[in-house]
Amino acid sequence: MAEIRVENAVKTFGKVTAVDHVDLTVFDQEFVVLLGPSGCGKTTLLRAIAGLGMVDSGRVMIGDRDVTYLPPKDRNISMVFQSYAIFPHMKVWDNIAFGLKMKRVPKAEQQSRVQSAAELLHIEDFLDRYPSQMSGGQRQRVAVARAIAVHAQVLLMDEPLSNLDALLRLEMRAELKRLLNELHATTIYVTHDQIEALSMGDRIAVMRNGQILQFDVPTKVYDAPADRFVGGFIGSPPMNFLEGQVRKELNDLRVYIGDFGLAPIPEIKEPLSRYEGNPVGIGIRAENMEALRQPAPDALQVTVLVVEPLGSQNLLTIRIGASIIKVSTHPDFIAAPNQDIWIRFPADKIRWYDRETGRAIVPDLEKLVAP
Amino acid sequence: MTPRTLDPVQRRALRRQKMRRASVYALAILIALWILLPIWLIASQAFSNQEDIYGFPKTVVPTPVSTETMDFFLNYQGILQATRNSVVVAVLTLVLSTLLAMPAGYAISRYIFPGRAAFRLSILAVRAFPIVILAVPLAVTFIQWGMFDQVYSVALMHTALTLPTTVLVVSSVFASIPVELEEAARVFGASPFQAFIRVVMPLVLPGVAAAAIFTFVMSWNEVFAATLLTIRNRTLPALILYTLNKSPLEFQYAGGFFMLVPSLVFIFFIRRYLFNMWGQITK
Repeated sequence: MAEIRVENAVKTFGKVTAVDHVDLTVFDQEFVVLLGPSGCGKTTLLRAIAGLGMVDSGRVMIGDRDVTYLPPKDRNISMVFQSYAIFPHMKVWDNIAFGLKMKRVPKAEQQSRVQSAAELLHIEDFLDRYPSQMSGGQRQRVAVARAIAVHAQVLLMDEPLSNLDALLRLEMRAELKRLLNELHATTIYVTHDQIEALSMGDRIAVMRNGQILQFDVPTKVYDAPADRFVGGFIGSPPMNFLEGQVRKELNDLRVYIGDFGLAPIPEIKEPLSRYEGNPVGIGIRAENMEALRQPAPDALQVTVLVVEPLGSQNLLTIRIGASIIKVSTHPDFIAAPNQDIWIRFPADKIRWYDRETGRAIVPDLEKLVAP
Repeated sequence: MTPRTLDPVQRRALRRQKMRRASVYALAILIALWILLPIWLIASQAFSNQEDIYGFPKTVVPTPVSTETMDFFLNYQGILQATRNSVVVAVLTLVLSTLLAMPAGYAISRYIFPGRAAFRLSILAVRAFPIVILAVPLAVTFIQWGMFDQVYSVALMHTALTLPTTVLVVSSVFASIPVELEEAARVFGASPFQAFIRVVMPLVLPGVAAAAIFTFVMSWNEVFAATLLTIRNRTLPALILYTLNKSPLEFQYAGGFFMLVPSLVFIFFIRRYLFNMWGQITK
């Protein structure tokens, strides 16, 4: 059992609070991705779990042990570094065996574990080479092999794919996912690449300014961002944001974009009613809108600015009032710049946001942030 | 292929570029000669016989090559003893300086601690004073402590004088080792000390060796402090300086050559690391 629990962790560097009262629980054998822009504190949090930078206050638990003040070597962890950090003066074999040697694993077992780790990563033919004789992708494999050879219960990965070129990254992503599935280690994976996070993680913790904004399964983080920032950070293209005015008419609630009224779904009406007479943020993903060539009573008339045919879809850039949004359509939907089209907003796909705080307007925000 | 025709503007630009390159080379050759000619003169004279040394004009290569002059120098009284002193001083300086510079250099390159900038500056400040200023009070102190005219007191003095450079070189060597390597070692079961021994040491060894050799050369060549601190136990440069104006030409040539060789050889081997010290990127 190696559940990782971070409780109320704080870490500051001078005046900068890199990790700001973070609570995080990663279940045994779970694969959690820490996602966020650079400087959001995700690497600092990972290093605190690794023991490479201790928290100023709070606790870090691995399994049943409080490891807050233990050095890395006593935490039963292993790690893949962004720069790989493989030892240039050791052959690949010795690199992979390093952790085993330090833990005084018997020679015969060292041999077999290095061999099987190397085979898992397809580098068994390079064991006699020095790292300088290998390509970046191969070095990356050495770093992963070294990390899995120690059979640690906790595997920490700090942007392991960010130094690879795009094609190799795609290949390694799938391979890592397969590999980690077999390992049954509790894994925390740090990345700023939202596609990596969506495609690999069991759950994603989205961070900004040292805080976790949302911690949930990828589909929830994608479909129901708890924060404007999360919606804008995840997805390609990111979520569209508009502004609407909340008004009450005939005992029903409407949100107006210009003079086009949107009807929110029933369960959102109660929290939304607190914004009556005030503007709210409206978030909707490009693929959730429906583009029509003919006017319809429940569709908003807009003007096409740019058409980008992407093969599997056509991405339209359109203007609504002062806002520019993106709508993805079927590739058969033919549109030209300056043409008028009509957009339909399915009520259940719209997310509502407080304009001041950027937080989602939902019946139970706490549950959405970290279920 | 048809010959390319150039219009006058292009031709002028091309000529200017050639001229510029030629003048750079000319200057470089001039500077090289400035340094190499005396070295060559000393070397060739050191292997000439007595007749040729006083003869004129000099030949480029001594004919006949003779070890007569070098023999004369090496058998001169006190030379062997002074050489031994010099080696002892240089080795002691190397060991002391390196032992002190390693932790200091590591600290500067790895840790951000209060007073780090001031510490670095104060290290440089020692070099900013002429040796003369530092040597006299140190000599006075040594006399007061009864350590005057001893080989190891010269070694202590040389350690003080070489330490700044050694610390800076060693810290730049440490700085070139990514800290992630140490962190990786610690994650995979090493204590900080083990990480240093198993990962950092093997990687910095060539650079530290270079710094040590440079220290050796600095001590070997140092003449002022050595002259000031010793009377009977002269180091080689101190002895040569002392006897220079009362000795014959062949002694001067041979002595110069003898002093020159170790420095040249060592510097040749470690030049890559010395460039490193000035921040030049080497691969």
